[in-house]
Amino acid sequence: MNLWQAIIEALESLTSNKLRSGLTILGIVIGVAAVIAMLAVGQGAQDSITGSISGIGTNLLFVFEGNTSVDVRNPKPITISDSQALLDVFQAPSVEDVSAAITGQAEVVFGSEQKNTSVIGITPNYQTMRSLELVEGSYITEENVYGNASVVVLGNDVVIKLFGRDEGVVGETVRIDGSPFRVIGVLTKKGGSSFGSQDDLVLVPFTTAQARLIRNSNRDEIDLLLVQATSADTVLSASDEVSQILRTRHRTRLGEDDFSVFSQQDFVATAQSITGVLTIFLGGIAAISLLVGGIGIMNIMLVSVTERTREIGLRKALGARRKDILIQFLTESSLLSMIGGFVGIAFGFLIAIIVGRIAQASGTPFTPNVSLNSVLMATIFSTAVGLFFGIYPANRAAALEPVEALRYE
Amino acid sequence: MSDCIISAQGLKKIYQMGEVQVNALAGVDICVQRGEVIAIMGPSGSGKSTLMNMLGCLDHPTEGEYYLDGELVSNLRDDQLAVIRNRKVGFIFQNFNLLPRQTAMSNVELPMRYAGIRQDRRSKAIEALKLVGLEDRMEHKPAELSGGQQQRVAIARSLVNDPAIIMADEPTGNLDSKSGKEIMELLLRLNREQGTTIIIVTHDSNVSSHTQRIIRLKDGLVEVAA
Ligand SMILES: Nc1ncnc2c1ncn2[C@@H]1O[C@H](COP(=O)(O)OP(=O)(O)OP(=O)(O)O)[C@@H](O)[C@H]1O
Ligand SMILES: [Mg+2]
Repeated sequence: MNLWQAIIEALESLTSNKLRSGLTILGIVIGVAAVIAMLAVGQGAQDSITGSISGIGTNLLFVFEGNTSVDVRNPKPITISDSQALLDVFQAPSVEDVSAAITGQAEVVFGSEQKNTSVIGITPNYQTMRSLELVEGSYITEENVYGNASVVVLGNDVVIKLFGRDEGVVGETVRIDGSPFRVIGVLTKKGGSSFGSQDDLVLVPFTTAQARLIRNSNRDEIDLLLVQATSADTVLSASDEVSQILRTRHRTRLGEDDFSVFSQQDFVATAQSITGVLTIFLGGIAAISLLVGGIGIMNIMLVSVTERTREIGLRKALGARRKDILIQFLTESSLLSMIGGFVGIAFGFLIAIIVGRIAQASGTPFTPNVSLNSVLMATIFSTAVGLFFGIYPANRAAALEPVEALRYE
Repeated sequence: MSDCIISAQGLKKIYQMGEVQVNALAGVDICVQRGEVIAIMGPSGSGKSTLMNMLGCLDHPTEGEYYLDGELVSNLRDDQLAVIRNRKVGFIFQNFNLLPRQTAMSNVELPMRYAGIRQDRRSKAIEALKLVGLEDRMEHKPAELSGGQQQRVAIARSLVNDPAIIMADEPTGNLDSKSGKEIMELLLRLNREQGTTIIIVTHDSNVSSHTQRIIRLKDGLVEVAA
């Protein structure tokens, strides 16, 4: 018996009991669709998070006060002079640029609309380092910073909340914590709420924020220090140089840095390990339903073997060997699971697309990603499930004694 | 004895049912000449079907030697027996035993599939169906055929691999006397025209009266011919 004939015979036997075969296949369809959709959602989440992290800028390091892994007594704040020290080309050759910022919360009002948002006091290079783009207007300039100007660049969420539109608002005046500020620019929407909101904020000149909006105990203190490395290859050495300089300046004890340096890659790695766990978790739950589908196949095949005992006896009397019977039943169970696998892949695609649509509609643009890997895996896995759960029933059939089987009623 | 297509000495089959031993066959010697038609008769439970299963290589004897077509088959392994059944034995059963979902044609083709024959399979099946007079029922399924027609499909199936011997276990048992007679005539014609050796188990003296020889069994032993 060649394989092609075995397949045709198996199909004939499966179609002779359509409802039963259909329900068995459904078990596998659900399992495979769940695996495909869950892996796609996990992968999509990962893509969207890493995407929004790369959207922050290129080759950036973030320096914060305090240490996340060791308890340090009396951490010294990071100051403007710290940031200037990092610009030393001899001590820090890998550092391209440095930007200091202070942050706080404030109420922004226009007419009867108001919004609580984060205020960031910046120098002009912050905008280039973070790759911020404008819908209209202009960036905050050096003159604005020197002149303590009362100007503001509005984040996209803020401008929509206050004006209901994100164009034609340059020149208007908003009040931040009561003081009037002239709008000089509007930022393009960045999306991706996964790494803090990049749209729910307003930018003001560093000096203005320091003087009027954000009160730190130490006038020199800054909240965020952005460091740009000269290239992707020098991010690591830049990180070492920054740490070395800050250690000397803060006179920290060995192993007790009172600051932390993170690179974008660190964030990406952390995010990936989180979404990786998420993906494994989702995929694992889905795999359980595939397993249940496999048990369904085994169940149906056992019933089928019992029902067809006489048929098996007859085939053996006519010259079927163990192998022939084994192949016949394994073909049936693998066909069940393979058909289930293919339909399941299609369904999984569909579910992934629908999840993507729902996410889009609810404001988190996020595209589930059905990878070729997961399709291959689902195909192989579902066929393997059919084979594995078919082996026991097929063996039972093949081991039947022809005389006994022929006598079976 | 060298001319025996079937030759068995001291064939025994013992079933162990808990404490009790059932001697279904208690030492049977038998020789069937090539081209013979013989009947096996005897009361119910005398071991006719058991003997049939041994001679048809469906089961292993507990003891004894059995040569089929000159080959010692009594101690072959299961898969080797399957090949022997496929090549040398054709079976006809009381209840026809056709595959219900397959056409007459596919049913007749089945032994050739297990023999690995691909070329001429269809033409050989058609030939066999013509021989039993069913050339206009080839695409019918068993449910669309009368009992006598189903048994004729079974006969076509039994001879399609040119077996050395055809074993029929009460082939007319489920048929009315008219179709039973037709089936018997068909078997006798095959024997006449093709020289096929045929062994028929039967209770029916109308059937056995047409055979050349009758072997009578009682309690697992051959009764001396009267
Ligand atoms: N699988 C088995 N296990 C135990 N005993 C068996 C088995 N098969 C047959 N026997 C016994 O062997 C004896 C012969 O049985 P067999 O079927 O050969 O009789 P038979 O001559 O064909 O009868 P019938 O004319 O009713 O078909 C019986 O006593 C039966 O009970
Ligand atoms: Mg019997």
